[in-house]
Amino acid sequence: MSVSASSLPRALSALPAMARVGFAEAVAYRAEMLIWILSTSMPLVMMPLWLAVTRGGPVQGMSSSDVVAYFLATFIARQLTSCWVSWQINWEVRQGTLAMRLLRPIPPIFAFMVEHVTALPIRLVIAMPLTVTLLVVLAGDKLPHTLALWALTLLSLAGAWTLTFFVQVAIGALSLFLQSSIRVMDVWFAGYMVFSGYLIPLRMFPTWVRDVIDWLPFRYQIGVPVELMTSAHALPEALGLVARQWGFALLALTVAWLVWRRGVARFSAYGG
Amino acid sequence: MRRYARLFAVQVRASALLAMQYRVDFVIDGMLSAFSAGVALIPLFVVFTHRTSIEGWTFGEALVVTGWFTLLQGVLEGAINPSLTTVVDHIRKGTLDFVLLKPADAQFMVSTARFLPWRAMSIVTALGIFVLAFVRLGRLPSLTGVLLSLAMLVAAIALLYSLWILTVSAAFYVVKIDNLTFLFGSIFDFARWPSSLFRGVVGFVFTFILPLALMTTYPAEALLGRLRLSTFLGSLVAAVGFVTFARLVWKSSIRRYTSASS
Repeated sequence: MSVSASSLPRALSALPAMARVGFAEAVAYRAEMLIWILSTSMPLVMMPLWLAVTRGGPVQGMSSSDVVAYFLATFIARQLTSCWVSWQINWEVRQGTLAMRLLRPIPPIFAFMVEHVTALPIRLVIAMPLTVTLLVVLAGDKLPHTLALWALTLLSLAGAWTLTFFVQVAIGALSLFLQSSIRVMDVWFAGYMVFSGYLIPLRMFPTWVRDVIDWLPFRYQIGVPVELMTSAHALPEALGLVARQWGFALLALTVAWLVWRRGVARFSAYGG
Repeated sequence: MRRYARLFAVQVRASALLAMQYRVDFVIDGMLSAFSAGVALIPLFVVFTHRTSIEGWTFGEALVVTGWFTLLQGVLEGAINPSLTTVVDHIRKGTLDFVLLKPADAQFMVSTARFLPWRAMSIVTALGIFVLAFVRLGRLPSLTGVLLSLAMLVAAIALLYSLWILTVSAAFYVVKIDNLTFLFGSIFDFARWPSSLFRGVVGFVFTFILPLALMTTYPAEALLGRLRLSTFLGSLVAAVGFVTFARLVWKSSIRRYTSASS
C-alpha cells in the first residue's frame, strides 16, 4: 500500500475499469455469492433461539419484536460489511500470486478494496429486497426517526466496513511473516462471534462484561450500526459511539499499513 | 477387508509422522481447542443468566449438548476436514486422476488421506465439559445411557462424514469449494444448541434435512437417560440411509469426473 504521489492518480484513473471487472466477476460467480450469503445468514437462525428466550416476556428490555428487528438489522449489516480479504491475502501469499499483484501499477490494497466494493451490488440484489421489506413491515417503528440518526447509521456502516477491512488486511499481512495467518483470523473470528453482537445482542451481557466489550473492537464491527439502525441510542450517545468506532477504524488502518509495508518488503526479499 | 485395514494403518502412520514434525502445533491446537471451547460456552452462560430453563433444557443439560458438539467438532476438524480438503485440491488441480488410478477404492483413499492427530485434544476438552455438566446436574449418567450415547456417537460420526462426502461431491459441479466448506462449518455451528430451541422451518431443516439434532442433541439426551427408543432406532436407520446415499452420490460424481476429463 505504498501509495506514492504518482501512483494515486494512476490508481484513480484505472478505477472505472477495475470497477467494471469487479462487477463482472461478481456477476459471473453469482452462485457462489448465494452460498456466501447463506453462510452469513446466522443471525436469521439465531432469531428463533432468542425468541425462545424472550417468549416468557422481555429480557433486559428486549421484547420479541425487538429481537426480530435486531436480527434482521444484523443480517443486513453483515451483508454490507462482508469481507474476505484476509483469506485472499493468505491464499495469494501461499500461491505466490501476490508477486503479480505487486508488479501491477495499482496498489494491491486499493485493488482489494475495489473488488470488495464492486461485489456489493450483486450481493445486495440477492439478499436485500426480502430482508429490508421484512424489517420495514415488521419493525418499521424501530428504525431511526430523525435525519441525523439516519446519517449516523450510514456513517457507522461505513465505519464498520473500514474497520473490518483493515483488521483483515492487518491479519492477512501477518501471513507474510508467519506463512499462514488463517489461525489468527480464526481466533479473531471467534471473538467477533461472541463479542460483536452478531449472535448475542450485547445488552444481554452483564454490565461489567459490557464495559469490557466497549473497549474491544468487535462491537464496532457490527453491533454499533445495528444498534443505531434499531434506534437503541439517542443522538449524543450515538455520536460518541460513532466517533469511537472511527477511532478504531483509523487505528486498524495504521496497523494494517505498517504490517503490510514491512511484510511486502520481506516478500520481495524472498523473490530477490 | 484385511487389505483395507492395513492400508488404513499406513495412511494413519503417514499422518502421524507428519504431525510429529510439527510438534508446536500440539501446543497451539491444544490452546486453540480450549480457547474455542471456552468462547463457545459464553453464549450458553448469557442465555441461562436470564432463564433457568429454555424449552425444557436447564443449563447443565444444555452443557451436555455443548460437550457433544466440542467432541464432534474435534472429529470433524481432525479426521474428516483435512482429508476431504485435499480432495478439493485434487479436483481443482486435476491430480485426482492419480488417486483414481490406484488399485483401491477411491472414496476410501481420499477419506483417509490426512489426519490431524493433535486435534484429538478436543476430546479432552469435551470430557471436561461433560464433568462440569454432570457436577452441575448433581448426578452420574447411567450405564445404559453411556452405552446408548456411544452408539449414537458412531451414528453421528457416520452422518457427519456422509454430509461431508456430499459436500465434496458438490465440488465436481461447483468450481470453488472453499465457500461450501465454510457454509458447512457455519451450519454445523448451530449443533451446539439443543435442537428443540429451533422451531418452525429451521427446526424442521435441522432435524430431517441436515440432521444436526441427531449429531449432538440426541446423544446428549441418551447420556441424560431420556432418549426415546423410537428416536434411537430412527437415528440409526437415518445414519445408515445417509451413508448409503452419500456413497451413491460419490459414485455418480466420480463417473462424471472421468467422463469430463477424457
